[in-house]
Amino acid sequence: MSDVLLETRSLSKSFGALAASRDINFKLEAGARHALIGPNGAGKTTFINLLTGVFLPTQGQVLLKGRDITTMEQSARVKLGIARTFQINRLFRGLSVLENVYIAVAERLGAGNQMMKPAGMRKDIVDEAMRLLDMLKLSNDAGHRVSELPYGRQRLVELAIALGLKPDVLLLDEPAAGVPSAESHIILDAVAALPKHIGVLIIDHDMDLVFRFAQRITVLVGGAVFAEGTPKEIGADQRVRDVYLGQAHHG
Amino acid sequence: MTMPAQQVTPGLSGHPAALALINRHRVRAWEPLPWIIAIAFYFAFPNHLGFGTDLLVTILFALSLDLALGYAGIVTLGHAAFFGAGAYTVGMLAHHGIWTEPISGLFLAAGVAALIGFASGLILLRTTGLTLLMLTLCTMALLEEAANMGEKYTGGFDGLPNLPIPPLFGLFEFNPLYPRVQYVYVLCVLFVCFVFVRTLVYSPFGQSLTGIRENVLRMRAVGAPVNWRLVTCYTISAAIAGIAGGLWAQANAYVNLSTLGLDRAATVLIILVLGGYGRLYGAFIGAVVYMALSHFLAKVYPTAWQLGLGLLLMLIALFARNGVLGLWDQLTSRFIGKRGPT
Ligand SMILES: Nc1ncnc2c1ncn2[C@@H]1O[C@H](COP(=O)(O)OP(=O)(O)OP(=O)(O)O)[C@@H](O)[C@H]1O
Ligand SMILES: [Mg+2]
Repeated sequence: MSDVLLETRSLSKSFGALAASRDINFKLEAGARHALIGPNGAGKTTFINLLTGVFLPTQGQVLLKGRDITTMEQSARVKLGIARTFQINRLFRGLSVLENVYIAVAERLGAGNQMMKPAGMRKDIVDEAMRLLDMLKLSNDAGHRVSELPYGRQRLVELAIALGLKPDVLLLDEPAAGVPSAESHIILDAVAALPKHIGVLIIDHDMDLVFRFAQRITVLVGGAVFAEGTPKEIGADQRVRDVYLGQAHHG
Repeated sequence: MTMPAQQVTPGLSGHPAALALINRHRVRAWEPLPWIIAIAFYFAFPNHLGFGTDLLVTILFALSLDLALGYAGIVTLGHAAFFGAGAYTVGMLAHHGIWTEPISGLFLAAGVAALIGFASGLILLRTTGLTLLMLTLCTMALLEEAANMGEKYTGGFDGLPNLPIPPLFGLFEFNPLYPRVQYVYVLCVLFVCFVFVRTLVYSPFGQSLTGIRENVLRMRAVGAPVNWRLVTCYTISAAIAGIAGGLWAQANAYVNLSTLGLDRAATVLIILVLGGYGRLYGAFIGAVVYMALSHFLAKVYPTAWQLGLGLLLMLIALFARNGVLGLWDQLTSRFIGKRGPT
């Protein structure tokens, strides 16, 4: 019915003898709120790395808006509208929070090649970055060096950078991991406030969060799709309960 | 229509962090100081202008390295390759009577160095860390060997002495014994190059270089063409190093293998670490401290002065990772309060 933004066909990736992704067929539609769950080492992060071009697959295809991007460079994919956050913070630690977001917004607007104009004179970029920080309740930290922030706040910078890219497809790798529970609602609120048309794929171990957020859930086990369905279907699936929910739910 | 937007963001663009970024490139009150000192030096020490000229050339060379190493995080041990390329460009063109005019000579020096920087950068900058370090070193060694072997053109081991450098604008003679013209000329070129580098590092391009330095993976993930940026930066840095080398050849009226060697590459690295890299003025402070110290130590301990310099470097590495300027920041921040990142 709705447009497929991102699609994979028989996507596989091996690290030597280890098959980290096996024959994954996956679709993310425009406006989707999709969750990817699975036990540790199931290959969730690897899947995102394949989608974003950090790794090239051993087999299979990745399509964005119908276009084959399987071997495309990372930066080119970002230009086509894929953005992600990292499970473990990957930030410009020595720079200020504002500069971190500035860099992302500047790249999106193609300002990164601008040499003869001071960065501060691109008020449009500064303003947009500040607005994003404000939305994520980060504006009080805007001037602080990222490395000075507590880990949970750094997670928010991670999200701010991804949002600064205004993606059509947003891939969130455990965005709330390491965030104190008192602050995790900031992340959920921000995700809820995203434009409706973009497709969001979220990885998380917090089942409350997953079931609240997602319209569809894919369960990955041992690199392969184990089950896929609505939260209701997945919640009722005894096999899923056995391999995954049974162990992880209580915590 | 615009009312709501204005209401949402009244405090935001006036936020201290936003203002700091917006005003970052403004000239600070103390910034004319190095230039005033440089001009005062001309009048105060007319007999030491040779030393002064050498110092200014070294600052320019260190500044070029700062752009690559300090801002973009390109770890290189072979930056003298570009210094030498510039020096030999000026030297060979003059020696063989092809081109002698100084200012256009600098453009040629910059062009040749940039070309070598671009070509080698395309290949080398795919690597990082120790591999990159070794490859930059090898590139420089190759050039040095080429200069050594191509005796017919480069003068080989002896270099090219007595370069015929015509007067600047046909008016101001370069006198090797009393290098007043050289000093003023080099100072002017340094100033122009400095303004250029300063503009560059405060631009969005410069900001993206610091992003690459801080986290390459994240930089790719925000869609930056990382390799292309690095090659661009390396090429510009090489061009400026080439200008420094060209100036050296013009001011001394000769060129030899010392312009290309590991000695020069290591020294400029030491200077930058000493002064503090990634902070523009580190090149100035580092060059002054290094040249003054080696001058002084060589007089007091003619046989073991390098030992003293080595000890000082160890102290810097242990206690002041960000060089003299970093130390200064730490001290002032104790009294004035926290300083934001640059
Ligand atoms: N670069 C790599 N080289 C070799 N093996 C890798 C690499 N990246 C991941 N793996 C392996 O692939 C498997 C899947 O890892 P992945 O990080 O995708 O799991 P995950 O589902 O994200 O787990 P977690 O919930 O712990 O984050 C693991 O066995 C891991 O060790
Ligand atoms: Mg993971």
